[in-house]
Amino acid sequence: MKHRSLVVALAVIAGFGCQAASAQTLKAVKERGILSCGVSQGLPGFSAPDDKGNWAGLDVDVCRAIAAAVFNDPTKVKFVPLSAKDRFTALQSGEIDVLSRNTTWTLSRDTSLGANFTGVTYYDGQGFLVKKALKVNSALELNSASVCVQTGTTTEQNVGDYFKSNNMKYELIAFGTADETVKAYETGRCDVFTSDISQLYAERLKLANPADHVVLPEVISKEPLGPMVRHGDDQWFDIVKWTLFAMVDAEELGVTQKNLDEMVKSNKPELKRMFGTDGNLGEQLGLTKDWVIRIVKAVGNYGETFDRNVGAGSKLGISRGLNKLWNKGGLQYAPPIR
Amino acid sequence: MTVEARKPPSQFGAGLRRALGGRAGWKGFVLQIVFLAVLIWLGYEIYANASANLQSQRIASGFGFLSQTAGFNVSQTLIPYSESDTYAHVFLVGLLNTLLVACVGIVLATLIGFVVGIGRLSPNWLIARIAGGYVELIRNLPLLFQILFWYLAVLAPLPGPRQSISLFDSVFLSNRGLVVPSPQAAAGFDGVLGALVLAVILSVLLRLHARRELFAKGRVVVIWPYVLALAIGIPAVAVAIFGLPLTFEFPRLRGFNFAGGLRIVPEFVALTLALSTYTAAFIAENVRAGIQSVHKGQLEAGASLGLSRGRTLRLIVLPQAMRVILPGLTNQYLNLTKNSSLAVAIGYPDLFSVFAGTTLSQTGQAIEIIAITMGVYLLISLVTSAAMNFYGWRINRSLGA
Repeated sequence: MKHRSLVVALAVIAGFGCQAASAQTLKAVKERGILSCGVSQGLPGFSAPDDKGNWAGLDVDVCRAIAAAVFNDPTKVKFVPLSAKDRFTALQSGEIDVLSRNTTWTLSRDTSLGANFTGVTYYDGQGFLVKKALKVNSALELNSASVCVQTGTTTEQNVGDYFKSNNMKYELIAFGTADETVKAYETGRCDVFTSDISQLYAERLKLANPADHVVLPEVISKEPLGPMVRHGDDQWFDIVKWTLFAMVDAEELGVTQKNLDEMVKSNKPELKRMFGTDGNLGEQLGLTKDWVIRIVKAVGNYGETFDRNVGAGSKLGISRGLNKLWNKGGLQYAPPIR
Repeated sequence: MTVEARKPPSQFGAGLRRALGGRAGWKGFVLQIVFLAVLIWLGYEIYANASANLQSQRIASGFGFLSQTAGFNVSQTLIPYSESDTYAHVFLVGLLNTLLVACVGIVLATLIGFVVGIGRLSPNWLIARIAGGYVELIRNLPLLFQILFWYLAVLAPLPGPRQSISLFDSVFLSNRGLVVPSPQAAAGFDGVLGALVLAVILSVLLRLHARRELFAKGRVVVIWPYVLALAIGIPAVAVAIFGLPLTFEFPRLRGFNFAGGLRIVPEFVALTLALSTYTAAFIAENVRAGIQSVHKGQLEAGASLGLSRGRTLRLIVLPQAMRVILPGLTNQYLNLTKNSSLAVAIGYPDLFSVFAGTTLSQTGQAIEIIAITMGVYLLISLVTSAAMNFYGWRINRSLGA
């Protein structure tokens, strides 16, 4: 009896000696055979389970693209639904390998959370959703309104800044999950629901009568949304970052899921480098030469992913806007693969 | 001739040895020291390992964040608060909101619990069945479900602020909560407050006198008419001298919400109602157990003295039952306080919601914030138990046990 407790104590102490945070995420993911990806608890267009229980959305496709690049199989992803409040802790503790959950890139999140943003998958801004019956045309008419918000978001502080700088009063009611927030807005507890505009459109679809609600024209903040990884693993950081870039570069070079097989045969030097028929750029990342082929085959290029999930080809029907490619008047720009 | 009593040999060394080492003597003492050292070392290992990992991942640590600006609003604050206040201030706001729910909830739960618990033992068939049904229904449904029920099914369907139900144009009930005129201290406030305190002190003295008369001379002194006269008379005189103590600010509908007045938010009402009705079901069972633990002969003795059933319960049974009721009651008070952290589901800004929720996700300092929050809940619970233990000690003393 005495000896057994001694063994237990030693095991515990030995456990403390190890580094909790492994610097070798790629190796760990490969050994596990599955990518662990933190997503939202259900935000149509970004990450939500469909009627068959399969996760779909822009953020989900980023994870599928990473899984495709690593395993050549976009289904090897375990999706971990997280509330806004729990997401960073899940990443810090190593429960997930990448956080792809419509998360706004800010300085403090990039530094003090022990994590890095790998890029921007969606350029967003914060807005307000109100009932048409209120006959409000501008956010500046919202003085003394009750505002519903999801806790643990940048939204919560932006709305404080906005009302304060416009000398308006408001009542903020913060809920733990998006569903609770929307429910409170729907029952009339709040006059306004505020969040990233893409999310307002997505949540509006869930309301009983979407046409009775309107998104006000004001955009009160910059919300660049993107995936995050832990500090201290540069290789994994590169892999996630370049997976996004590969999707954008593929769109720029006109590579789509449909024409992929023809494009692979192309003799254009840019395409040869991208597909790994020339050089070993993929291997420099710790992946295989055909990593971009795998990604595009799995989820398509950035434009295709956007259209399918949030753009013209989806229920949300959000226009590309800021998320057009840089040479088409938008902000999406990826460094060259060379 | 005086015989000098021989001093007994000093027991100090042996006593110390027993206290420190138990039956094993000094050897046991050494073992305890070793055990303590291992515990301290383990604690240090955990601390050192955590801080090394935080450092290597460059996660911010320390308590400096407490003095940073919070930047978010809170819907219910008992102390003045704005977005430009610090996270330390947010912590206080959340703590006070938690304590408010806990205190109001405990009072309500105790009242309902005792009524239902005594009701279950009522000889009246209907009352006993209603009380029994209450206990079985409420204690078997999940608490979170009950909170959401009160919030979404009972309070949310109330009309919006523009169509609110109003009473004399000064009290308004809507889905934004209950708005009542808010009292503002006026010229006579201090004077009348002093008069009230004086009335209370005089009443207590009167009661002491009445008890002394009862115990010493067996004379029953009826004091309530005097107490009533004191409680109304002295403040009335004070009002006549100093002027009215309070004026009222009436709420007015302005824009989307009411301006002015005192507002009780629906989140608070839903949470308090759910917590107190839920906990009351458990307290009722405690009370029933306590009453049933008192020997039947006590009831019969009361009846044969000619006391009514109510007085028998109040004067004979309940004081003895309290010994059994109290430990369980303490548990329920602690449960209620801890369960108040479910507030986040309905957006009530309690400690867990604004500090371990919003503040945590904005600063990312999980270890510090969770440690503070745990410490605070622990402290609240320990203080509650200490108070209840003191009360239990007094009961035991008065029962001579």
